[in-house]
Amino acid sequence: MDETQHDPGARLEAAVQDPELCAGLLRRLETALDDASLRFMEVCGTHTVSIFQSGLRSLLPGSVTHLSGPGCPVCVTHDAEVAAMLDLAGRDGVIFATFGDLLRVPGPGGRSLKHAQAAGARVEIVYSPLDAVRLAAKNPGATVVFAGVGFETTAPTVAASVLAARAQGLKNFSVLSMHKLVPPALRALAADPECRVEAFLLPGHVATVLGLAPFRFLASEHKVPAAVGGFAPADILLALCEMAEMRRDGAPAVVNAYPRAVAAGGNARARALMDEVFAPGDALWRGLGRIPESGLGLRPEFADFDATARFGIALAETPPLPGCRCGAVLRGRITPRECPLFGKACTPASPVGPCMVSTEGSCAAYFKYAAH
Amino acid sequence: MDDCLLLDAGSGGRASQRLVSQCFLRHFANPLLERLDDAAELAPERGPLAMSTDSYTVTPLFFPGGSIGTLAVHGTVNDVAMLGARPRWLTCAFILEEGLPLETLERVAKDMGDAAKSAGVAIVTGDTKVVPRGACDKIFINTSGVGEIYAHPVPSGHAARPGDAVLVSGSLGDHGLTIMASREDLSFLTDVRSDSAPLADMVHAIITACGEVHTLRDPTRGGLATTLNEIAEQSGVGIQVDEAKLPVHEAVRDGCSFLGLDPLYLANEGKLICILPEDKADAALDAMRASPYGREAARIGTVTEGPAGQVSLRTRIGGSRLLSMLEGAQLPRIC
Repeated sequence: MDETQHDPGARLEAAVQDPELCAGLLRRLETALDDASLRFMEVCGTHTVSIFQSGLRSLLPGSVTHLSGPGCPVCVTHDAEVAAMLDLAGRDGVIFATFGDLLRVPGPGGRSLKHAQAAGARVEIVYSPLDAVRLAAKNPGATVVFAGVGFETTAPTVAASVLAARAQGLKNFSVLSMHKLVPPALRALAADPECRVEAFLLPGHVATVLGLAPFRFLASEHKVPAAVGGFAPADILLALCEMAEMRRDGAPAVVNAYPRAVAAGGNARARALMDEVFAPGDALWRGLGRIPESGLGLRPEFADFDATARFGIALAETPPLPGCRCGAVLRGRITPRECPLFGKACTPASPVGPCMVSTEGSCAAYFKYAAH
Repeated sequence: MDDCLLLDAGSGGRASQRLVSQCFLRHFANPLLERLDDAAELAPERGPLAMSTDSYTVTPLFFPGGSIGTLAVHGTVNDVAMLGARPRWLTCAFILEEGLPLETLERVAKDMGDAAKSAGVAIVTGDTKVVPRGACDKIFINTSGVGEIYAHPVPSGHAARPGDAVLVSGSLGDHGLTIMASREDLSFLTDVRSDSAPLADMVHAIITACGEVHTLRDPTRGGLATTLNEIAEQSGVGIQVDEAKLPVHEAVRDGCSFLGLDPLYLANEGKLICILPEDKADAALDAMRASPYGREAARIGTVTEGPAGQVSLRTRIGGSRLLSMLEGAQLPRIC
């Protein structure tokens, strides 16, 4: 007997992968497009990978152009932030705790945490910020610094780790907060006069926390349709159909095409955690530069857990890497293949820019999944 | 006797002899080793010979489904078997860290002895070094294997031909995810276990049933995807794989999905890829499925004319994409 019959989760999982369902949605998309084109940008690295990994990209109508925006936290981590990580990781007595995919991100001079590790720095991969707190409890003689990188999806768990460290009375745990907020980056993109994006596929994970309200400006101020999408092929296709239909009907809105995971109001508890520990401030985005109120710093009452304050870290803006066009890729101005370094000077083996290094980066996805 | 290893045990003197006789000879027992000469005298019954070597370092030393000891035997035995050879003899060299609990070494030696016995190979010569604490991570093992080749033609990564069927002997990624789960104490991954297993009998059954087998490979580090890319490059062919046919256990699929890993790049220690003429595919599958280690064998794809060196994946929803080679280690993602 088919075991999925008794498991609604498995049944749903199978359904969103179902070739016939996808074929039906593809027909609906083609009908909605009629003869028009759709130039959409997805703003989530998981979408990027899913679109390539599922083979969906090869099935989309030729009139659909797919652009990958600044949705991968690794890709938008600025050179200056990597420099700060390398600085901290190299200090005596510091254990630098990080999620795995930051390890290979090149900073100034091409050095990454992998290089620092090889040179003797104590860099530990953790799977959750709470692992970093445990690391601090187990190593009272060292100071654990956790690299707080990620969007609204990650920030609440990092906030929870700070609260846990405080509750345990730990004095040797701190966070280097490089968190970034998605709506301000979208605002900067949409306001860019060179922005050619006709629809935004909004990040399902971020929307589970924020809900829909912070994205509504896309339709109301910029007249661009947008849909929150899930990550299976059928989820993404459904969002694309919704966006194409809104364009056809001249009725741009921000819709929820992922209602099984996203509540319109988001997750108030996660936002409360984030707001308790962090406060918005300016942030440096790789490729996009400084965006007002687009980052999260620790509130003054948590200064003891703020690595920036404890270690006197100041981020210095650095000039972009020569020839690297990650910024234009992240803004949707060019596709990765239009970058002169793609596949030549810049490959996953020796990435010049972060879009090539991250597993969720658009250049890496082009290189890995699309025939050269 | 001490309960942990001292540097003396690597001195070459009586302490070394005691370790060899009380631990290794006991578990590896066979007449060739027991002579304790400087080398083992081998008497092949048929030739030519296949030879392979590999070194084993793994944390933790013991994990669900195996240990560094079973890996050190299965890994080398399988490499030899992939040439269409019957593995017969192994060498075994230990680099041991001072202070290692002798009980741990004993467990590893027992696992090796048991694994060698079930794989039909004799550990005929070896070496032991003990290095100061901190100079290595508990136990490093090198094994070399020699086997007698019986296959004609000899299977090779260079011999895949357009039109050949591509088969795999069972589920993918079990070993790699098990090691990660054990190492990182990922308690939600309780249903995964290593597939560490000796494959020589299965190889013999395939070759007996089919005669002509073009390529045999065990997809260890780098997983299925990397191994298929190596074969495509070496043979100057393309390979097309059907995603819906790839056997992956649900627990592995779920664990990978959570960690942002791809089971097609995770190591396997008890699986093989078999590429052979299309008309022999069913016989090979029957032979695999008759083995205790090949019950989930599946036909996963086809060798194509080209593009040379490229592996493509037909996805579940009917799309197509590259299945490229792994660059460096897979790292868990942020969100």
